[in-house]
Amino acid sequence: MRIYVLFLLLFCSMNAVSQQCDLTLSGTVKDLHDGSVLVGATLIIAGTDQAVQTNLDGAFEFKNLCKGTYDIQVSHPFCLTQGFTVKLDANTSKIFKLEHHLEELNEVLVEGHTNKNKSKTLVEAKVSNLELERNTSGTLGDALNSLSGVSSLNSGNAIVKPIVNGLHSSRVVIINNGVRMEDQEWGSEHAPNMDVNAIGNLSLIKGAGALQYSGDAVGGVIVADAPKVPVKDSLYGKTILSGASNGRGGAVTSQLTKSYKNGWFGTLQGTWKRFGDFEAPDYVLSNTGTAERNASINIGLNKFNYGIEGYYSYFKNEIGILSASHIGGASDLVSAINSDVPLIIDDFTYDISEPKQDITHHLARIKGFKKFEHLGTLTLQYDFQKNNRLEYDIRTGSDKGKPSVDLELTTHTLHLDLESHLINGIKFKSGIKASYQDNFADPNTGVRRLIPDYDKYDLGAYAVLDYSINSKWLVEAGGRFDYTYIDAYKYYKTSFWESRNYDELYPEIVVEEFDNQILTHPELYFYNPSVTIGATYTFGKDYELFFNYALASRAPNPSELFSEGLHHSASRIEYGDLSFNSEIGHKIMLTLQRNNDVFSFSVSPFVNTIKDFIVIEPTSIETTVRGSFQVWEYRQTNAQLLGVDLDASYAFTDKFRYNYQFSFVKGYDRSQDEPLISMPPVNMKNEIVYLNPEVHNLRLALQSEYVFRQNEYPDNNFEVYIPETESTEVVDISTPPDAYHLLNFNSSIDFNINTKSKLTLGFAVTNLLNTSYRDYLNSMRYYADDLGRNFILNLKLNY
Amino acid sequence: MKTTKLFTAALIATVLFTSCSSDDDTPEIVNEEEVITTLTVTLTATGTGDIITLQTQDLDGDGPDDPVVTVSGNLAAGETYNGSIVLLNETVSPAEDITEEVEDESDEHQFFYTASSSLDVTTAYANYDEDGNPLGTEFTLTAGEASSGSLTFTLIHEPVKPNTGLTDAGGETDAEATFSVTVE
Repeated sequence: MRIYVLFLLLFCSMNAVSQQCDLTLSGTVKDLHDGSVLVGATLIIAGTDQAVQTNLDGAFEFKNLCKGTYDIQVSHPFCLTQGFTVKLDANTSKIFKLEHHLEELNEVLVEGHTNKNKSKTLVEAKVSNLELERNTSGTLGDALNSLSGVSSLNSGNAIVKPIVNGLHSSRVVIINNGVRMEDQEWGSEHAPNMDVNAIGNLSLIKGAGALQYSGDAVGGVIVADAPKVPVKDSLYGKTILSGASNGRGGAVTSQLTKSYKNGWFGTLQGTWKRFGDFEAPDYVLSNTGTAERNASINIGLNKFNYGIEGYYSYFKNEIGILSASHIGGASDLVSAINSDVPLIIDDFTYDISEPKQDITHHLARIKGFKKFEHLGTLTLQYDFQKNNRLEYDIRTGSDKGKPSVDLELTTHTLHLDLESHLINGIKFKSGIKASYQDNFADPNTGVRRLIPDYDKYDLGAYAVLDYSINSKWLVEAGGRFDYTYIDAYKYYKTSFWESRNYDELYPEIVVEEFDNQILTHPELYFYNPSVTIGATYTFGKDYELFFNYALASRAPNPSELFSEGLHHSASRIEYGDLSFNSEIGHKIMLTLQRNNDVFSFSVSPFVNTIKDFIVIEPTSIETTVRGSFQVWEYRQTNAQLLGVDLDASYAFTDKFRYNYQFSFVKGYDRSQDEPLISMPPVNMKNEIVYLNPEVHNLRLALQSEYVFRQNEYPDNNFEVYIPETESTEVVDISTPPDAYHLLNFNSSIDFNINTKSKLTLGFAVTNLLNTSYRDYLNSMRYYADDLGRNFILNLKLNY
Repeated sequence: MKTTKLFTAALIATVLFTSCSSDDDTPEIVNEEEVITTLTVTLTATGTGDIITLQTQDLDGDGPDDPVVTVSGNLAAGETYNGSIVLLNETVSPAEDITEEVEDESDEHQFFYTASSSLDVTTAYANYDEDGNPLGTEFTLTAGEASSGSLTFTLIHEPVKPNTGLTDAGGETDAEATFSVTVE
């Protein structure tokens, strides 16, 4: 009994001590998503009149509190007000996290505010939402083209691949909603299979430093994310209707999002696109129509410290390939190249006939995250992709209508990532990735496989550390290691097998010999390290200096290793090489940037030295009974790319702004001491924009685009005998076309229909002067001019 | 610890799905059907009945080996020959006769004969498509004075019909063979 009394006394006395009420509750208020501090958040202790606001560092402090339990209400202009319960026994420090994405509903007005940078020491270029919406009927490549340092590699006008600082295809990694696009994009005529309308945020990292995604992005990383959904009860969406005179078609895209306060959300999105034959200034580009159908659904639960999300997208695209580019042999090529107009010009039609591509891409993803108090955020993701690529050639007899290429690529990937905030401004990201890929080349095509059947296994692990030394300096360092194993079954033509000396180099991989083919079982292993080191220095009022060094290594892809035979759609014989090893690039980038409302600019010089760079180029012609064909061979060399990207923007008045862009890149083959093939020519853009928010956000823009002639190119011309003329003629496949200048006009105006709905009307004209031109990086340049004038009308309804 | 468990789970899952999906089925061989490996021109003299064959044979199709071209003999001056052309795909066994396909789709095909200016021969079509336009798998050849030069046979797919010759026929080359020929 005495003991009880004693305890009671003790308890009372403790209580008495606490009644002194000298406790402090301090802490910070942060954004739930990216941990950025929230300035000016108001904290009120329920039932009292005690209120404080967070300072510039997002910090707050309540003094003289008594021991007990408090309900604290935290509010911020852009956030959902939230209540927190805190039990106070001693001086306590707390971090309150708020959902800070309400403004994304009107994202157009506050572009890019909530995006966090993917890498701290590499400049990220972002394509604004407005720019994306203007490109609603275009392609991903077209949208990216608005950034400096990005050009495009075209096969006609519907197959557009981004070239980043002179590099393209499998050197530019595309991340779609956290999923690396595996869409057989190794060849130049394989465009990224993505719907530009499903993207909320599109950014480009011009360097290999984004180790979180991959280590083999020698050229850069393109990250596309779905729009973020706020945690509140809401229903909103948008529909864009777009019509264009050139191609006489258009696109419809619609998106609807329903979200709930409890964190559940769902988004449905769909796009339908249809174009007939496009037109050059003087003629119809026969068989260049496209038909695209896409849909996506995203359902998830987003809670404070855990969440789960499911995403599925379907992409289907049918693209006609310019009839005049379908060449039988070298003499056809000579007449096609020498002719000023395409050899086949038919009347306009919406029909898409052979040659054509027909691509279906499924992408599904399940992702879950959980926040652990002392560990950080752990994310687990599984994704699945299935890409079916059909390429149709003009065929006769019983094979009419049968594809010449039928590839099915299936990929499963599992990711586990951990993101931690360590003490003193140190952030740590790490993760592992495992993936399995299966390529199936259907033998029913009746055409020997250009790409064989193979299984590919990847394992990768990375760690990135960034450290804010002080408000001026931030350093970042990371490393990654990838292991790739390719297990292929391939039939080689005996004559090719022997001409390459493979019969002596790789006798052990032969499985079986047939009449004129050999079945082989190549198993290849690649070990690829990658490293990034960078620093950011902030100085003056608006200046930032970025420095980044990245080592990237890329395993050769199956087309570079195994290609062998006639690539029908390209009408050339392509040869890969079994002996290739990984490409290793060292890229140094420097960026000086000034962010200012009146005058801003950025200058980014870079040097990229790539050992064992894999290049494909014409090497000879091969004679067959069908005639002579160009032979394009992959080879490894030591390459060096250097260049500079320039951006500048100056506001003359609050309504007039001038924008300038300049990209310069030079590529050299150091082993053969000659220029590299297919390097983008120097180009320059000048733009004047008039923007008046008082007159319904009226925006008028006139843009001039000047593309210089590529003066540095290797001479790969070859000669061919033409019997009709009894002469030997040079097939000029090397000389680049002349420089050209295009004028483009762009305008838009907003109308508020009611408080919730807004209508945006857009009108644009591309190639205003209807200039006839050919682009060095368009593989159709041998046969036809590029697109003529195009009037585009856009109607967007936000609701 | 939870993280270790998750890591382990991830690894196990990886091993599971990778090992399950791999199959060791060797892929089926593809013997191309539309390849033309061999073009044979048979010239039968209307007078003497002598047979001369011109042949180009490329057994690896679009592989690195060049076609083997053979001419069995010389043409006789002043003689008229009945010519016929046979196209074969010899990558398959038995060899596939492509001529049949060409004749079935006669409106989509036409052979052209080009003699170099130094060679004194003239040619004429001997078979036609349904519309009465030349097809040319059969033809007649008249050898003139003693001379030598090249004789080229070109099969064009989807030519403009009618046409005045190769230059305005357009279309696409399906086969092209050049032979060195002597008239004696």
